[in-house]
Amino acid sequence: MTTLTDPPQESFRLSQLIYDTRYRSMTIQIVALIGFLLLLGWLFNNTAQNLADLGKEPSFRFLGEPAGYDINQRLLEYNSQDTHLRAAFVGLLNTLVVAVLGCITATFLGVAIGVLRLSNNWVISKLMMIYVETFRNVPVLLWIVFTMAIMIETMPAPRAFKGDNPAAQMMMNDSVAVTNRGVYIPEPLFSNTLGDVHLFGAASMRFDVSLDLLALMLVLGASLWGANWFRKRADKIQEVTGDRPKTWHVRLGLIVVPTAILLYILGFHLGYPELKGFNFKGGTHFRNSLIALWLALSLYTAAFIAEIVRAGILAIDHGQSEAAAALGLRPKRIMNLVILPQALRVIIPPMISNYLNLTKNSSLAIAVGYMDLTGTLMGITLNQTGRELETVLLTMAIYLLISLSISAVMNVYNNSVKMVER
Amino acid sequence: MSDISFVRTEMLPEQDPPASEVGALGWAKHNLFSGVFNSILTVVSVFAIYFILAALVPWAWSPTWNATSLAECREILSGLGREGHFSGACWGVINDRWVQLFMGFYPSDYYWRPIAAFILLGVALSPVLFAEHVPAKLVWFSALYPFLMPWLLWGGSIWVPLMVLAGFVVSYAVYRFLVAQVSELISLIVAVLVAVVWWLLLMGPLSGVLASIIPIGIEAVGSRQFGGMMLSLTIGVVAIGFSLPIGIVLALGRQSDLLIVKALCVGFIEFIRGVPLITLLFVASTLLNIFMPPGTSFDIIMRVIIMATLFASAYMAEVIRGGLAALPTGQYEGADSLGLDYWQAQRLIIMPQALKISIPGIVSTFIGLFKDTTLVSVIGLLDPLGLSNGIRANAEWNGVVWELYGFIALMFFVFCFSMSRYSMYLERKLQTGHR
Repeated sequence: MTTLTDPPQESFRLSQLIYDTRYRSMTIQIVALIGFLLLLGWLFNNTAQNLADLGKEPSFRFLGEPAGYDINQRLLEYNSQDTHLRAAFVGLLNTLVVAVLGCITATFLGVAIGVLRLSNNWVISKLMMIYVETFRNVPVLLWIVFTMAIMIETMPAPRAFKGDNPAAQMMMNDSVAVTNRGVYIPEPLFSNTLGDVHLFGAASMRFDVSLDLLALMLVLGASLWGANWFRKRADKIQEVTGDRPKTWHVRLGLIVVPTAILLYILGFHLGYPELKGFNFKGGTHFRNSLIALWLALSLYTAAFIAEIVRAGILAIDHGQSEAAAALGLRPKRIMNLVILPQALRVIIPPMISNYLNLTKNSSLAIAVGYMDLTGTLMGITLNQTGRELETVLLTMAIYLLISLSISAVMNVYNNSVKMVER
Repeated sequence: MSDISFVRTEMLPEQDPPASEVGALGWAKHNLFSGVFNSILTVVSVFAIYFILAALVPWAWSPTWNATSLAECREILSGLGREGHFSGACWGVINDRWVQLFMGFYPSDYYWRPIAAFILLGVALSPVLFAEHVPAKLVWFSALYPFLMPWLLWGGSIWVPLMVLAGFVVSYAVYRFLVAQVSELISLIVAVLVAVVWWLLLMGPLSGVLASIIPIGIEAVGSRQFGGMMLSLTIGVVAIGFSLPIGIVLALGRQSDLLIVKALCVGFIEFIRGVPLITLLFVASTLLNIFMPPGTSFDIIMRVIIMATLFASAYMAEVIRGGLAALPTGQYEGADSLGLDYWQAQRLIIMPQALKISIPGIVSTFIGLFKDTTLVSVIGLLDPLGLSNGIRANAEWNGVVWELYGFIALMFFVFCFSMSRYSMYLERKLQTGHR
């Protein structure tokens, strides 16, 4: 009997790179990488050549130059002498404002519509079906310009509020004015204000933080924490003695009283909008474009969220609610304790992508003249400086960053509610 | 004591259910008024419907179909005693401009061309959509259609699409010739290179020469004349058609074990999905010419289609990846145990199943892309929404808003709604599992 003690030493042949599965994947990857690099090099080469022909060196120096245009809806102080970078920053904040407002509204609307669509009530469920189908099957851009048209065409002009017998009336005890230039609501003012903190000095990214707001948030946060602690204490007492002490009045007091005291010290009052001359002065002014964009994006996304919520609830086995009912839970508690926690696992991943879509769709602001990131950096700055390459790439990079952060945050949340498998 | 016990000896006949449980009354009781809360909801929503309809119906019921300007509409309405800004719709604008809303500024003599292109699209899709009702040979027409459609729409010499087609033929011939002699991988790479060289260098001069020898062609129509629903459909159909194969390749790349290939695919997909379509359209309108060799300038619609294709591919890749991930591992193992190689396994076992699972996703990607074609109005193309601005800028129709937006919304609704219904039908038809 012969035994093969020494397997024949294989020598490496070049053809193995193609025929041997051990090396072939390596070959394919190298070829792909070379192809990709060639493509990239070709693009870079073309771009450099074209820019040189146009006499434009790629540079981001234009960001430091004065922008020279105005941004009407803004969160931060800004004037036309500020830099393009500042303008882009203000635009970015406008994007984020619409995105955050839209996501919150769309979630509430969407969950309500999704649940109502499953209602036993025939009229309600059909109405919700019509809503969902109408909003899903018409482009969002059309909804945005449509809402804008409604705001402009059907709302009264500020001068309609004038005179002894005005054609239009302010709402809510003369505090809210809905006009064709936007909505004016009261603004919170403090007579003994603590002032602002200026971050980053005079840089383009300078940011004023109101100390009043900060103090308010701190106190409110502390009160909420205290209220929560009180509830936990009640839970512990209940576990030991079986009796649950009454907590709601203490918790309410814990939340309301410190905040009220702080507001009183700061001299909190509301600044009402007033008609002066041809327009309203004072108060906070939400422009038409912001409201149109916010409303249209929320209504549109709500239709998609409604379908997700409905699918999520339907995905839960009927046996689950029957079992919960057999345990003696009431319908509301069945929904809160059994159905929704399980449905959330199905609902959250598509919900994340809808939030992302809403944020990306907010770039359609350019169609109604809301100055978001697309309107400032990729709109007016691009037109004024002629720096297509830099502005468009920068805008893309910022949107990419926003999208990746949203999905990262939401994935962390998703992992926390995901089923724990053992 | 008398016996009062009573035992019935025969069955009682069935009785009708109480009147409150059957018929319209019973239905209403169960579906509309099954509780206090439900009753309130019903009443409130009926009132809401009433108010909306009371405002909408009299406005829409307006005999202004034949008016030729907004002023004439107002006259007709005031003749009926209806005064005011919202007294009635002015349907004259739709009557006047609906052809334009469908065709844009396409020359009216050649309207048959886009119409034929979209009817033939239906024919080309039928082997996929209604496989059991049409002869299988029709698939050859489907393969030729991608070359026919641009020729019908843009016109020009017939040799250009034929030469593009010839590129595929040449590349395939090279592949068949080489595969007999060297390995599959090398022949594939060489065939692709041959095709690229053909399209970039040889095709242009060759088709020029052929066109000068045998000039066959139809009148060329410039991209600037495209518009309306036809433009949206063209962009949508072409982008989705190309994005399906690219999406499949990207999805396979994302699933593969090859690290570099995977990284490239993931990077591409995440990048495209992370930016709004409108930034990509800005790239199409301002940057794409900068990326190309100096002196190239290509058509704006072509540029938009390229970016829309890339956009749709990334979404398509994710949809198909979902389909691939939904397949049980047993299917892959089964293919391996049969001794199939990677491509055979993909073609015969994996893809048919994965694509079938992904149908709803594919159709909704298409609907999404079709709706997103309205964004091209932002970069100045005349899709229906872009045209509506032009129509309103016209002196006759200055001030018409709701009728136009309503009509455009209705057009999109009809297309998108029927597509989503069709996908439901297809899903049911291809349903092979037993539930």
